[in-house]
Amino acid sequence: MSARTLPLLFLNLGGEMLYILDQRLRAQSIPGEKARKDEWTDVDRKRVMNDIITTMFNKKFMEELFKPQELYSKKALRTVYDRLAHASIMRLNQASMDKLYDLMTMAFKYQVLLCPRPKDILLVTFNHLDAIKDFICDSPGILNQVDETFRQLIETYSCLSAGEFQLIRQTLLIFFQDMHIRVSIFLKDKVQNSNGRFVLPISGPVPWGTEVPGLIRVFNHNGDEVKRTEFTTDGNYVTPQREGSFDLYGDRVLKLGTNMYSVSRPVETHMSGSSKNLASHAKENIVPNPLAKEEMNFLARLLGVLEVKTPGGSETGFRLNLFTTDEEEEHAALTRPEELSYKVINIEATQEPGRRAELSRILGELEVAEPRPATSGKGEDLLALMDGL
Amino acid sequence: MYRKEKSIQLKSSSAALYNNLSVLRLPGRQLACFSAVHGPSVNVVSSAADGLGFSHRQLQAKEGGMAVSTSVLTQAAWCVLPSRVLLVLTSQKGIQMYESDGSIMVYWHALDVTEHPPGQAVFARGIAAAGGHFICVGTSSGLVLVFDIPPKGTNITVSEVLEQHRDAITDIAAELGQASDGAGDLVTADDAGALCVWSTGEEFTLLSKIPAFGCTCSSVKLWNGVVAAGYGNGQIRLYEAATGLLRAEVNAHARWIYALDLAPETGKLLSGAEDSFVHVWKLSRNPDTDDVEIEHCHAECVTDTQVCGARFCDPEGNSFAVTGYDLSEIFRYGRV
Repeated sequence: MSARTLPLLFLNLGGEMLYILDQRLRAQSIPGEKARKDEWTDVDRKRVMNDIITTMFNKKFMEELFKPQELYSKKALRTVYDRLAHASIMRLNQASMDKLYDLMTMAFKYQVLLCPRPKDILLVTFNHLDAIKDFICDSPGILNQVDETFRQLIETYSCLSAGEFQLIRQTLLIFFQDMHIRVSIFLKDKVQNSNGRFVLPISGPVPWGTEVPGLIRVFNHNGDEVKRTEFTTDGNYVTPQREGSFDLYGDRVLKLGTNMYSVSRPVETHMSGSSKNLASHAKENIVPNPLAKEEMNFLARLLGVLEVKTPGGSETGFRLNLFTTDEEEEHAALTRPEELSYKVINIEATQEPGRRAELSRILGELEVAEPRPATSGKGEDLLALMDGL
Repeated sequence: MYRKEKSIQLKSSSAALYNNLSVLRLPGRQLACFSAVHGPSVNVVSSAADGLGFSHRQLQAKEGGMAVSTSVLTQAAWCVLPSRVLLVLTSQKGIQMYESDGSIMVYWHALDVTEHPPGQAVFARGIAAAGGHFICVGTSSGLVLVFDIPPKGTNITVSEVLEQHRDAITDIAAELGQASDGAGDLVTADDAGALCVWSTGEEFTLLSKIPAFGCTCSSVKLWNGVVAAGYGNGQIRLYEAATGLLRAEVNAHARWIYALDLAPETGKLLSGAEDSFVHVWKLSRNPDTDDVEIEHCHAECVTDTQVCGARFCDPEGNSFAVTGYDLSEIFRYGRV
């Protein structure tokens, strides 16, 4: 619905992805001198984070992102993150990539749902960006890029009304509808129930600009207050202390969007327990997607701009496992419930220049054609072609 | 005062959209129908004649012309006119009108995309039956389209376009009780929080404007000349429809209000919000002072649910139904 949702969705999901990758890389890193050729070191970790962040905040990429447009499907968006996660020497298997995406999306869904005001989604975004700036604080060049995006966010969103922010929030909630994957860290903190639904507290500070519920005031025809009554509920609300800062620097006050992972609180997921209602999930995968053509164009524009580093010379890609052991990762791949399959478009092959040219040519052909009943078939053919790569 | 009754299961979950529940009661037939928007589709549930089961139907948002992108519905509501009942669906592409059981589409109106500045969201939202043979529907550019509905058939036409709002329409409500002369019988609300009170007819007349105070008005009701409005800051405000004067202010909810409903026989008001609460209030008029009064009757916490729709199921307000974001059921409550 809102045409201004994509930048917020992308940046927040990207932020969560970086939190998770950082934590997993730290957990798996070995001190430099002791590391074998195929083991992670601190230097490698910093390099991966730098590479991904540089790719994410690429100027042309951001330009495409900030253009007013509708949200695309989870499938199309997942493809972009696949590419992003492989922007460096790091490699992820399908199972780990699936888990990464599950964690990212459930975390941001939680943040959107619990935002006190719709406008606070911007504060959540700023929390993610503040943390990203911390990851690359030693690299002034990339820092500049991130600040540029920060400024663009402020420029684009500062003047939006509360109603427009609510529309953005509603658009995001439709995107996340029916996702109930259980996340260990959420279950442990009791912010998610065992049925996958989030706990909504009925206590704490009310949003900035809202009064604590309870007061009824009645006015006469002159506008004078003539009666005051109170009512009570089970809720236990208090007045908020202060409002978070929407400037380039400042105290955001809101904790949503800050890094909840750490060495003592590792990344894990439960894969069991999807939404009981499978009808809506099944529909997304089975019904021929009429959006295919537009999505392909969108992906072509975005991915064409993402420069992916190919491991050159003697360097081989380092594999990152989001699970504790290789066996666990293999098991997860085999047992992932059908309805949670992202049916990813495998575009790793497009790293080779020859293949990329072919992709461009194919997409170029699509662009030229006028909308005709036959073109939806072409879109499907392309999907099939890419799946086969 | 109210206790939870058996829920109605839905085929898919409800979306976080304003006023996302419509209830149709056909008096004398013991039939009740419920509709809640899922996203690209809407769930329509009818209770069977024997009262024992439910039948389900899902209607899709119409794509519209050459466009390839999917459309999301923003609202579904039954419009009860003296001659017929129509089920109206609003979406990003336009307005669909069906026979009340959703079996046949009788009219399609495509939104004019060129009317909207590029980059702005385009959608229809806000549905109400008014003035005996009109259905009013709002748009994201602030227009209110007035459709003239014939007693039967598909010859529906746009009779007028009202252009008083500058922000997206959120809700429209017709007078549910008896208004005194000159008090108006229709109220329209928008994203900025501005309200307009109208008198319906072959030509609609603007009677009063209630200015915004900085919060979105997401839901509005009109009863016996009193406007009840629910806002994004959790407040319910009551105004005199004729003059636009503020008569009561309630700090009702801790989060954005998503739905209001009113039971015309008793003046009971229902409010539902993102804070998980549904409240029942009682509106009345003091006969001596002519002050509008509102008292709190009942609070219901729908645990871990952001309420997006709330409706009374009978004209006295003895029962009500609630929908919530991501929930695949309709909760029902009845007076003890």
